[in-house]
Amino acid sequence: MEHYTMNLTLKVWRQKNRQEKGHFETYDMKDILSEMSFLEMFDVLNERLILENKEPVVFDQDCREGICGACSMYIDGRAHGPWQKNTVCQLHMRAYKDGDTIVVEPWRSAAFPIIKDLMVDRKAFDRIIEAGGFISVNTGNAVDANSTPVDRAKSEEAFDSATCIGCGACVAACPNSSAVLFVGAKISQLALLPQGDPERKARVINMVDQMDKEGFGNCGNIYNCEAECPKGISVENIARMNREYLGAFSSSEMQTRPNPAKHNGV
Amino acid sequence: MELDAKIPVTELDQKWADYKNHVNLVSPANKRKLELIVIGSGLAGASAAATLGELGYKVKVFCFQDSPRRAHSIAAQGGINAAKNYQNDGDSVFRLFYETVKGGDYRSREANVYRLAQVSGNIIDQCVAQGVPFAREYGGLLSNRSFGGTQVQRTFYAAGQTGQQLLLGAYGALERQVSMGNVTMYERHEMHDIVIIDGKARGIIARNLVTGKLERYFGHAALICSGGYANVFYLSTNAMGSNVTAAWKSHKKGAYFANPCFTQIHPTCIPVTGDHQSKLTLMSESLRNDGRIWVPKNKGDKRRGIDIPNEDRDYYLERRYPAFGNLVPRDVASRAAKERCDGGYGVGTTKMAVYLDFADAIKRYGKIETGKLGMTDTKNETITELGKEVIAEKYGNLFEMYEKITGENPYDVPMRIYPAVHYTMGGLWVDYELMTTVPGLYSLGEANFSDHGANRLGASALMQGLGDGYFVIPYTLSRYMADEIRTNAISTSHPAFDEAENGVKERIERLMNVRGNESVESFHKRLGKIMWDKCGMSRNEKGLSEAINEIKALRKEFWGNVKVSGEILEMNPELDKAGRVADFLELAELICIDALNRKESCGGHFREESQTSEGEALRNDEQYSYVAAWEYTDSGEILHKEELTFEVAMPSQRNYK
Amino acid sequence: MTWKQLLTSSLGKKYLMGATGFFLIIYLIVHASVNALIFYDDNGATFNVVAHFMLHNYFIRFLEIGLFAVFILHIVQGLMLWKQNTSARKINYYRQNFPREIKWYSRYMGWLGTFILLFLVLHLYNFWAGTKHELYFKGPSNDLYKEMKKVFTSPLLFTLYMLGLVSLLFHLLQGFQSAFQTFGINNRRWIPIVRRIGIFYSIIICIVFALMPIAFMAGWLQ
Repeated sequence: MEHYTMNLTLKVWRQKNRQEKGHFETYDMKDILSEMSFLEMFDVLNERLILENKEPVVFDQDCREGICGACSMYIDGRAHGPWQKNTVCQLHMRAYKDGDTIVVEPWRSAAFPIIKDLMVDRKAFDRIIEAGGFISVNTGNAVDANSTPVDRAKSEEAFDSATCIGCGACVAACPNSSAVLFVGAKISQLALLPQGDPERKARVINMVDQMDKEGFGNCGNIYNCEAECPKGISVENIARMNREYLGAFSSSEMQTRPNPAKHNGV
Repeated sequence: MELDAKIPVTELDQKWADYKNHVNLVSPANKRKLELIVIGSGLAGASAAATLGELGYKVKVFCFQDSPRRAHSIAAQGGINAAKNYQNDGDSVFRLFYETVKGGDYRSREANVYRLAQVSGNIIDQCVAQGVPFAREYGGLLSNRSFGGTQVQRTFYAAGQTGQQLLLGAYGALERQVSMGNVTMYERHEMHDIVIIDGKARGIIARNLVTGKLERYFGHAALICSGGYANVFYLSTNAMGSNVTAAWKSHKKGAYFANPCFTQIHPTCIPVTGDHQSKLTLMSESLRNDGRIWVPKNKGDKRRGIDIPNEDRDYYLERRYPAFGNLVPRDVASRAAKERCDGGYGVGTTKMAVYLDFADAIKRYGKIETGKLGMTDTKNETITELGKEVIAEKYGNLFEMYEKITGENPYDVPMRIYPAVHYTMGGLWVDYELMTTVPGLYSLGEANFSDHGANRLGASALMQGLGDGYFVIPYTLSRYMADEIRTNAISTSHPAFDEAENGVKERIERLMNVRGNESVESFHKRLGKIMWDKCGMSRNEKGLSEAINEIKALRKEFWGNVKVSGEILEMNPELDKAGRVADFLELAELICIDALNRKESCGGHFREESQTSEGEALRNDEQYSYVAAWEYTDSGEILHKEELTFEVAMPSQRNYK
Repeated sequence: MTWKQLLTSSLGKKYLMGATGFFLIIYLIVHASVNALIFYDDNGATFNVVAHFMLHNYFIRFLEIGLFAVFILHIVQGLMLWKQNTSARKINYYRQNFPREIKWYSRYMGWLGTFILLFLVLHLYNFWAGTKHELYFKGPSNDLYKEMKKVFTSPLLFTLYMLGLVSLLFHLLQGFQSAFQTFGINNRRWIPIVRRIGIFYSIIICIVFALMPIAFMAGWLQ
């Protein structure tokens, strides 16, 4: 692998807090190494800003290995940047060449209010999970793990749905700011497993209900969520959620568990 | 204070049952009145909070991330051990116990480890019931693999994302309790101090990271589940935010810190590329099942890896340890890599890396495949093609990750790897009940010291975190809470809260007011370098003594020259980091003091003065068969020893030759 | 869950869009088939007979009310969703790019639908208002075939009709498979087939419609 250095122009969204208006700020970046990760380039920028007595850029990040789902930048019009099936923290500077201008924005969705600069509040996702993204089994209730065989193909499909990292790229990338890929993935995972069967109807109703309260947009079947999902979660999950919801409505024995979530979103 | 581990006095395999049978219980009506604080939302914190919420306690959970689902347990790759013996290959609770104690180089407590092995099976049951999609066989039953060179297949896994799946299971259980009102979640909150009233832990001071305000919370008891402190080395496989603050504040308020020098260095990580490096990425240990590790035989060989012929390669693990070869334990493999690189045989631009080569495995699997297909035409390209397919099926996601980071295709050129700090076995000293030396203050998961001794086996961290949270703490906490039912909630306007908050406030203001010239990050890097060079894979008296002085000097410099930008009352990650690094600067010294005190080599702690003539680690059971528990005082750390007695797993020297 | 809950939920609204969309997809087949009678080379005699029948048959007129209801539901719901979706992102991205596999028209269903709506107004004015005038206000008897000829030989109207059909083509390309996804019919086995049928259907329908103005304009039909 050839290593090289480059000079870049960074255009970054700066916003003091939720209330104040934001704006773009332009930074010239010198001698950036192709081996650096994208966030390490931001480390270089921040180090410089600190020494210049300016405020460093605030952004969410934690594991820097593409699994925690904290990092969230909209880079040159793409969630998590130009590489597909990738998170910002795993994007490396060899994706760029000398002289490039890079525009970095926060996730933009009414349901994800900005906290500062590139950092947004994604608690809406937690509240959706609270509404039913679990199997109600108290510790100690479980039977032996092998007492219920699970179709291996279904189990693998459930796993694929469960690999969602909850980063919100689906919402950010969706022209409608819809959260259905996130919600559909969790509903699918639990609907595919026999353990999730007893609650499947209440689950889909309550989770969709909470999603609606949070102020996300509606799915337009555009599928940019799937294209930008760092884990490649399939839109089949959305279709399954649609089926589950219709099924839950159609069934006569359906009794809605009152949605326990106390918050009503933004 | 005399250390009392409160281990039940009965046969090893009866201790836990005996404890559970006699522990005091709390009635449901009383549980509703009892409040608990949990710090951290990883496997230990989330599982404990969910379970205690289910029991009826009022639980408050704090995490610095924006959601409990982001705790770093999520990054664990390989799997979780459990003594289920589903494979009928001779596994048992006893074997898991025995191997964990032996793997920990006889520096862990027998009773705790035995209990862990006993509850290991329940963990799997619980996770499956929660909808964790573990790997399965075609018949629909759970699949197992062998991990870290064990002779039995007892590791349950979900591709290379076991930690993620287990954490999401616990997170779901936690969110369920949040929805039921039993647990209140405080995201983007960082604990800054423990409040102690009449000698008992009664609350915390937390900083709301969004507003920057300090907040007070009361609890009848508090659980520290904040993970390990590997980031004291700056570069580690931990998340950027992983920190020791909660544990360290507890230590400064009276909780002893045990075996801080026991840190684990994982042999297969992607090497450092330069000064800009912010963290390291692990490549699962399972790669060593098929990859062969080597360096060039000649110093300064400038050829590319694939151009070096076999006769010029040194497969040093296979050479030194013919019995285990590339599958020697983590500490042994790590030290061997360091030895080669220090000797000048390293590869890559920085020369601090060794090759992990899959070419032979690809050829071997390719041949098997052509055989299966009945192919007589055995062109090399066909064999390689088929072999790569087999490798892709086994390690595809890891190879992809490697390529993303390095830009090199590991199917064609050998991977470059180097050891990196990965896990810390040391932590807050806890007794059999997981209580620290402060009454009412507990510690679970990686944050405590208890189960892994001087070296943790692969796939055991997840087991311990969940074991502590789901199955141990609900019982042991009950013993303490039974005596607390008459304690009414204490108002957070109590003077002890005032005092603690003022202390925190002063410290934050002090940090902001230094207004020096060097960034927090820069201090952290410098600390990491001292630790890695002098208290890393191999340690000696001279280096450790130097390190202690250098750390002291660096700490002084930090408080005189650190530059923290921004303001207190706003989202300010620089300030958050400054507080964490300030704590690392204190912990680092204790790690070195502990390492200096332990003049033996055991597990992840290798003292150059204590090795065999062949350069292998040499334990000293006569003098060091104890847990070193350090007490913080204003005049320095005081050592307390908890002697380790082995009744069942008799100490022997590890031998991988 | 009540009907109200269903129909006011985000998914319920989508079902409504999908169901009305399906209905309109089928309607277009009927519409295209009837109109294709103009190609029966008898200067519109057959076509006018059928048109007359449809205008005066009570059952068809009853169905027409249903058709209008479906149209209105589809339009109103579509516009409401569009508004809601726009307000779900208060500040737009400064730069937004889409990977190549994201079809541009899937992102412009609202605009395409609006174009079709404008076209529809024109279309109703051209061909529907007159017939109703005849029916209810005893207006002059309508020779639809002649009307078509008049409209389609006007260069302006010809162009507007072509633009309307282009909008319809892309609206259908996205709408057809989208309706299947909305009702959960999307998996590895079926979706490639659904997609192909959708493309085939959209192109055929639009070609059949387009041939009408073209045929008049080019003078193939007199």
